[in-house]
Amino acid sequence: MNTKNNNIKNHNSKNNNLRNSNSKNQNSYKKKKKKNSEIMVITWMFTLLFLSLAGYITYYSVTHQQELINNSYNGRQQILIAKNTRGRILASDGNVLAQTVLDDEGNEKRVYPYQNLFSHVVGYAVNGRMGVEAQANYYLINSNAPLSQKAALDVSGEKYPGDDVYTTLDVNLQEVASKALGVYQGAVVVTEPGTGRILAMVSKPDFNPEQIADMWDELIADDESSILLNRASQGLYPPGSTFKIVTALEYIRENPDAFQNYHYTCNGTITRGESRIQCYHGSVHGGVDFKRSFAKSCNTSFANIGLSLDRDAFGQTLDLLLFNQKLPVAFQSNVSRVDVSEDTSDSDMMQVSIGQGTTSITPLLLNMITCAIANEGILMKPYLIDYVQNSAGNKVKSFTPDSYGKLMEESEALAIKELMRDVVEEGTASKLKGLSYTAAGKTGSAEYGTVKGESHAWFTGFAPCEAPEVCVTVIIEGAGAGGDYAVPIAKRIFDAYFGL
Amino acid sequence: MELYVSEFSKYVIALLITLYTYECFAVFRYEEEGERSGIYTRQNLLMFALHFSCFLVICFETGDITYLFFYAFQQIVLYAVIVLYRMLYPGSNRLVVNNMCMLLAIGFCILTRLDMNKAIKQFIIASGSLVIALVIPFFVHKFKFLKKLKWVYVIVGILALSVVMILGQTTYGSKLSYSIAGITFQPSEFVKILFVFYVASALYESHGFFEVFTTAVAAGAHVIVLVISKDLGSALIFFVVYVLMVFVASQNYFYLLAGIFGGAGAAYIAYSVFAHVQVRVQAWKDPWSVIDSAGYQITQSLFAISSGGWFGLGLCKGTPEAIPFVEADFIFSAIAEEFGIIFAVCLILICVSCFIMFMNISVQLNDKFYQLTAFGLGITYIFQVFLTIGGGTKFIPLTGVTLPFISYGGSSVLTTLIMFAVIEGLCMIRLDEKEQLRLARARKKKKRSALAGGGHRTGKDALAEDDLQEAAMSAGDIIEYKE
Repeated sequence: MNTKNNNIKNHNSKNNNLRNSNSKNQNSYKKKKKKNSEIMVITWMFTLLFLSLAGYITYYSVTHQQELINNSYNGRQQILIAKNTRGRILASDGNVLAQTVLDDEGNEKRVYPYQNLFSHVVGYAVNGRMGVEAQANYYLINSNAPLSQKAALDVSGEKYPGDDVYTTLDVNLQEVASKALGVYQGAVVVTEPGTGRILAMVSKPDFNPEQIADMWDELIADDESSILLNRASQGLYPPGSTFKIVTALEYIRENPDAFQNYHYTCNGTITRGESRIQCYHGSVHGGVDFKRSFAKSCNTSFANIGLSLDRDAFGQTLDLLLFNQKLPVAFQSNVSRVDVSEDTSDSDMMQVSIGQGTTSITPLLLNMITCAIANEGILMKPYLIDYVQNSAGNKVKSFTPDSYGKLMEESEALAIKELMRDVVEEGTASKLKGLSYTAAGKTGSAEYGTVKGESHAWFTGFAPCEAPEVCVTVIIEGAGAGGDYAVPIAKRIFDAYFGL
Repeated sequence: MELYVSEFSKYVIALLITLYTYECFAVFRYEEEGERSGIYTRQNLLMFALHFSCFLVICFETGDITYLFFYAFQQIVLYAVIVLYRMLYPGSNRLVVNNMCMLLAIGFCILTRLDMNKAIKQFIIASGSLVIALVIPFFVHKFKFLKKLKWVYVIVGILALSVVMILGQTTYGSKLSYSIAGITFQPSEFVKILFVFYVASALYESHGFFEVFTTAVAAGAHVIVLVISKDLGSALIFFVVYVLMVFVASQNYFYLLAGIFGGAGAAYIAYSVFAHVQVRVQAWKDPWSVIDSAGYQITQSLFAISSGGWFGLGLCKGTPEAIPFVEADFIFSAIAEEFGIIFAVCLILICVSCFIMFMNISVQLNDKFYQLTAFGLGITYIFQVFLTIGGGTKFIPLTGVTLPFISYGGSSVLTTLIMFAVIEGLCMIRLDEKEQLRLARARKKKKRSALAGGGHRTGKDALAEDDLQEAAMSAGDIIEYKE
C-alpha cells in the first residue's frame, strides 16, 4: 500500500519537477504541491479505511467460523449434517467414546460404548447438544476426508466420514472416579497441572446419552437432582474450608515476611457483634500458628485472619483468581461468585474467610486454583480436545497446552504448597499419609441449607508433591466431613494414576 | 471428476485473482501508460482465465453445458470493450477499463450462480450501457462547455429526485424507483454524477464563502429529498462527496472539520427523529438480539461470510440465497462465502486500485473543473463501495446501496459505467494538457534562443518562464497558447 501512494506522490512531484526543471522557482513548486495535498490526504484516508475493513472482515470470518455455524438460524449446519456422517469422539488412548453407526434399517444412530460413564463430559447430540458433542460440533460435522475417498463415496452415493475428535480423557481414571463416587451425588475433576489436560470429569447423577431422546421429558421435569447439569464445571457449591487456600494466599501476600509468626488461641468460637463462628463439630484447637490453623482447618483462627485482611486488596485477589468472571475454557462452565470489597462487614468477612456465606465455586475453578499452586503459580487453561483427525488419520487441527498466566507469585505458590503438604502430614487429610507418592491438598466440609451439620465433603489436591503430575478435586454432596469421605475417593484416583 | 474440478478450481481462482490484484498495484510503479502495457496484457489474460474457470465450475456443478454459451457472449462483449477502448481512445487509462471488465465479469459469474434470469437481464443491460458509455469519453473530451452548465445539473438533479419522492411514495410506498415502459429507474444513481458535475462547475473558479454557501444549499436540498425518500445510503454519499469536494476546492481544513461535525450532528438528529434509522443502528450494534426481525439480513450475511474460509466453499456449494436481497445489497457476502476471504479481500483491493487511479488522474489534471470532477467521481465510487461492503459485514450500519458493477441493478451498472467513462475522458484531457505544456515550452525555448542567441540564461528569462508556468497551470490559458 505504501508504495502505491508513494508512487502517486512521486508521480505528482515528478510532474512538478518537469515543470520546474528549467527554472528553480521554489515558490511555484510549493504552490503546486499544496494544491494537491488535500487529494493525497483523502486518498490516504480511504486507503487506510479499506485496509482496516479488509482486516476486519478477515479477522471476523476466521474467529467466528465455528460459533456462527452452530447458530440455529444458520442453515449451513443442516447441509453439512446431510453431507457428512458425524465423526467419532475418542479417548486419549483411542477408545471410542461416541460414534455414529447405521442400524438394520440404514438409519443413523449415535452410540456411546461406555453408556453412562462419560454422560456429561462427552454429552449428547440430540435434543440440543452438550459436552464435547457441543464443543466440537464444528469438527464432527465437517469432513476433511481425502479427495479420492470423497470421490469414491460420491460414486457409491454414501456420506463422507466426519472428522474424529480425540479428547484428553483417560477411560481408566474416569472409571475409577465414577465408581469411587458410587451412588453419591457430586463431581470429580482430574487434570494435569503442567498442561491443563483434563483426564477425567465425572458428574453424578449421570444418564445414558443413548436414551436421551426417550428420557427427555422426564429429565426436564426433574428439578430436584438436575441430572443434565455437569456438576464438575457448572455446579455451584459453597467452598467451605477449601476456600482457606485463598484466604491464606491473601494473608501471605499482605504479610510476606511475617505470616510465619502468626499466632492465635482457638477456644472454639469467635464473636464479632451479632455473628459467631464455630470450629467444625465443636472442636477446640488451642494455641495455633499459621501452618497449624491451615492443617487443622481452624475456623476461628481463619475468621481472625480474615478480619485482619485489606478487603479491597482481597477483592482484587479474588478477581485475579477468576471469581466473578467467565472461566477461560472452551466448554460450558458457570461463574463462581464471591463478594468482598471495602464495604464488606466484619460479620460477612468472617463468613467469607472460611468459605461460607454467599460464596459459591465450581469444582472446576477450585481445581484450576489448585493446579496453579502445583504449577508454581502459573495456570494452564484446562482443555478437553486434544486434536482432530480426518478419516485417513491425518491431523486436521491440534490443540496445545496454553498458559492463562500467573495467578500468584512462585514464592506464594510454594508457601501454600507447604501448607497443603502439612494438611496431609499432620492435618485433616491424613488418609493420604505414608503412601508411595507424596500428596498435598486441602479438605473442606461445606455447610449448606438451614439444617445444622449437613455438609458437602470437599478435597482438592495434587501429587507427587515434589513435581506435581496430577491434580484431583472431589466434591460429594451431603456426605459429611471432607477428610472422611472425599479424601478416600481422591486416594483411589491417585492410586489409579500412579498404577497402584 | 466434478469433485476434483470444484476443489482444484477454488485454488486456481484464488491464485488468479491474487495475481490480478498484484498487477493492479504494480502499474503504479510506472509513470507512463506505455510502460504499463505488459501489465495490462497480463491482466487481460488473468481475467479471461478467471472468468472461464468460474463458468467451467458452474457447468460442472449444474451439469448444464449451456452456461458456456452465456459465457461466450460475455467474453465477446468484454473483449470487444477492451479492444474498442484501445482503438477509439488510445489515450485512455487501461487499468480503469480492465478493472471495469474484471468487476463486471465477477458480477456475471456470481449472478449466474444466484439467479440465471437476473444474470441474463444484467448482461443485456450492461451490454447496452457499455455501448452508451463508449461515446462518453468523446463528449467529455471535446465539449468544453460542460463546466458552464451548473444550473442545469442542479435543477435536473433535484427535479429527478423530487419526482421519485412524490411518485415513488404514491406508487411504491417507500421504494426508490419508478418505471417507464417497463424499465425501472433509480434516479438517485444518475443524479450522483450530475451532482459531482454541479459542485465542480460551481467551485472551479472561486471557492469563497458565497459559492460554498450556495452549493451547500443545493447539496442540502439533494440530501433532504433523499432522506424524505428514505434513501439514506444515497443521502450519505451526496453529503460526503460534497464535503470532500469543498475541502479539496478550497484547500481549507476548516470546511472539512465543519463538514465532519455538521455530519455528526445531522446523523444524531436523524437517529433521534427517524425510527427506521434507530432500527438500522440497533441491528448493527447487536443483530443477534433481533435475529428474527431487523437483524435477520445482517446475521444471514455474517453466516455467509464466516462459512467460506480462505478459499470459499466453491461456486454453487454454499447457500448465499439464504440472505434476503443477496443479489443487490449483499452480493459481497455471497462472494465471500463461495469464493473465500482471499478473493473477497482482493476484490476490495481492486476497487481501491480504481480509486487510487482516479485520484492519480485528478492530481495530474491542471484544470480545476476537471480535477474536481475526477476527484468527486472517485469519492462517489469508493464511498459507495465502502457503504455496501462495510454495511454487509457489520463494520458500519447497513444503508442498502449496491456494489458498483457487481450487484444486480441496471441503474447502478449504467451509472458506474458512465462514471468510469467520464474518467477516461478526463484522462485524455490530461494528455492534452501535457501536450500543450510541451508545445508551449518548446515554443518559448525557441523564442528565447532566438533572442539571446543561445547565450546564458538571464534572470529575466527565468522570470518569463515562471510566468509561463503559472499560465500553463490553467487549461483555459493553455488554449491561448494554442492559437
